Amino acid sequence: MISVRDLAITFGSGPGAVHAVRGVSFDVADGESFGLVGESGSGKSTVLRALAGLNRLWTGSATLGETSARVQQPRLVQMVFQDPYASLHPRHTVDRALSEPLEIHRIGDANERVERALADVGLGPAFRFRYPNQLSGGQRQRVAIARALMLEPRVLLLDEPTSALDVSVQAEILNLLRRLRVERRLTMILVSHNLAVVAHMCDRLAVMNRGLVVEEMDVATLRRAEPREAYTRQLLTASKGYDREVASGIVTFD
Amino acid sequence: MNVAPPPLLAVEDLRVSFATPTGPFHAVRGVSFTLGRERLGIVGESGSGKSLTGRAIMRLLPASAQLSARRLSFDGIDLLSASTKTLRGLRGARISLVMQDPKYSLNPVMTVGEQIAEAARIHGGVSKIEARLRALAMLEAVRIRDPERVFRLFPHEVSGGMGQRIMIAMMLVPEPDVLIADEPTSALDVTVQLQVLAILDDLVRQRGMGLLFISHDLELVASFCDRVLVMYAGRVMEELSARDLASARHPYTRGLLNSLPRLGDERAELPTLSRDPAWLEER
Ligand SMILES: Nc1ncnc2c1ncn2[C@@H]1O[C@H](COP(=O)(O)OP(=O)(O)OP(=O)(O)O)[C@@H](O)[C@H]1O
Ligand SMILES: Nc1ncnc2c1ncn2[C@@H]1O[C@H](COP(=O)(O)OP(=O)(O)OP(=O)(O)O)[C@@H](O)[C@H]1O
Ligand SMILES: [Mg+2]
Ligand SMILES: [Mg+2]
Repeated sequence: MISVRDLAITFGSGPGAVHAVRGVSFDVADGESFGLVGESGSGKSTVLRALAGLNRLWTGSATLGETSARVQQPRLVQMVFQDPYASLHPRHTVDRALSEPLEIHRIGDANERVERALADVGLGPAFRFRYPNQLSGGQRQRVAIARALMLEPRVLLLDEPTSALDVSVQAEILNLLRRLRVERRLTMILVSHNLAVVAHMCDRLAVMNRGLVVEEMDVATLRRAEPREAYTRQLLTASKGYDREVASGIVTFD
Repeated sequence: MNVAPPPLLAVEDLRVSFATPTGPFHAVRGVSFTLGRERLGIVGESGSGKSLTGRAIMRLLPASAQLSARRLSFDGIDLLSASTKTLRGLRGARISLVMQDPKYSLNPVMTVGEQIAEAARIHGGVSKIEARLRALAMLEAVRIRDPERVFRLFPHEVSGGMGQRIMIAMMLVPEPDVLIADEPTSALDVTVQLQVLAILDDLVRQRGMGLLFISHDLELVASFCDRVLVMYAGRVMEELSARDLASARHPYTRGLLNSLPRLGDERAELPTLSRDPAWLEER
């Protein structure tokens, strides 16, 4: 369903250029759920934005289905952004955020669809006419997920979808996403810093550092804590909670 | 005779409500705690009032909010009766808030480096050149690779985790006595998260800063903080020593713990909270 080959993305040019993605390749089969983890700034969001057709300045190849990711295909692929604050229009109600994609694509029974979408993400009808600033962080992220599902896409790109959520809502959203994945045969790419979330949601994952994929593995290998690369081992150690000693011992991989 | 040092923050019966068409909505309902030179965690489900509690201390609530408290004081200063001028002098300089939404609170038309340098200048009373150096040093301290480059970037040009660290750098550069950190590391990868927490840890241990650490990451709070407040529907359900969090007995806290996915187990369905109406009642 998704095929990425030697994807490279650079911001700016000349000596100040940032090589955010430096030749990334991976495949995601139809109905598969694929995780992307790795260091902050390693290019995960940049890869997702390219796949969503939001950034067309790249080299290499990236296709969704048969079509290049340069072509925006909102009914095929939708993205949930990392930052729930920036992704909702501050002066649009929840109702408007959810019904707008339906209007643009001339899809009927908006009323029921909006109600169902809110219920699907665990928000009651009371939230329908609220503005983003009247919602908590977690409530906003649920609206963002509901909006991505309005057009019933086959591919869902999720950028840290639960990092702004409390653990119980996270459980609700993860259960919801797993259910939708089965019911609608969704293909997913999930970016998360939480390795347990990736293990729970994905079949395979790629570990990124500095614009490159360091290693790819299946989730069983992650669960057994048997990665090949030292970079990934450090990630696993650091995910066990705060430890001053471990913090001091963290090394930078180039 | 040993006299316990007065707390940095004292909060008693804090209440925040909003007027709605169907009557007042009580978002924070009688929260009390003190903060010393320690790491105090606040956990709790979404909408339980964690951020509003932090913002109430800063007196940075939206205009539509009603605030009341029996006591709300910082270092002996009554924050409820303090003048706008006093509050402005405290904010950023002596009490800092790292907001949950970094990009929201950064100026979009100013480079991130200039913003940190400005914070150093306004609150630290240093020259322009010194402020720039401090800003660069602070970016390096929060593990930003290539601080010189990032100094010149605008907020939309930085990644999610970089934005969070820029906010932290900006809030720490004036060396505040109290830092209220609202989900400060939720966008960071686990290694950078640990390094940033180590900075905060050192500031608490070495400089005696007070840290109010708002987070929904129970495992992180359990390993990082000294004490934890568990909030539900605007109230503190229980207060625990952080090391006892994993063995908490309150059904709400247990419910939160059970809903965590773990690397070691393969449950298909994660249990979610079943809320007991009795938890809503004020004691
Ligand atoms: N519009 C832009 N202009 C310039 N540089 C950019 C832009 N967008 C991203 N970058 C740079 O590209 C790199 C990768 O950013 P990206 O947002 O993909 O990281 P990430 O892996 O998603 O990190 P995080 O986990 O912190 O969200 C960073 O160095 C960032 O500064
Ligand atoms: N300006 C506002 N008007 C009306 N209600 C509000 C406003 N701001 C917040 N609320 C409500 O107050 C409650 C507490 O909000 P708060 O932001 O403190 O939650 P939180 O515990 O920080 O949640 P999260 O973990 O999702 O960030 C929520 O139910 C929220 O919807
Ligand atoms: Mg990102
Ligand atoms: Mg909050």
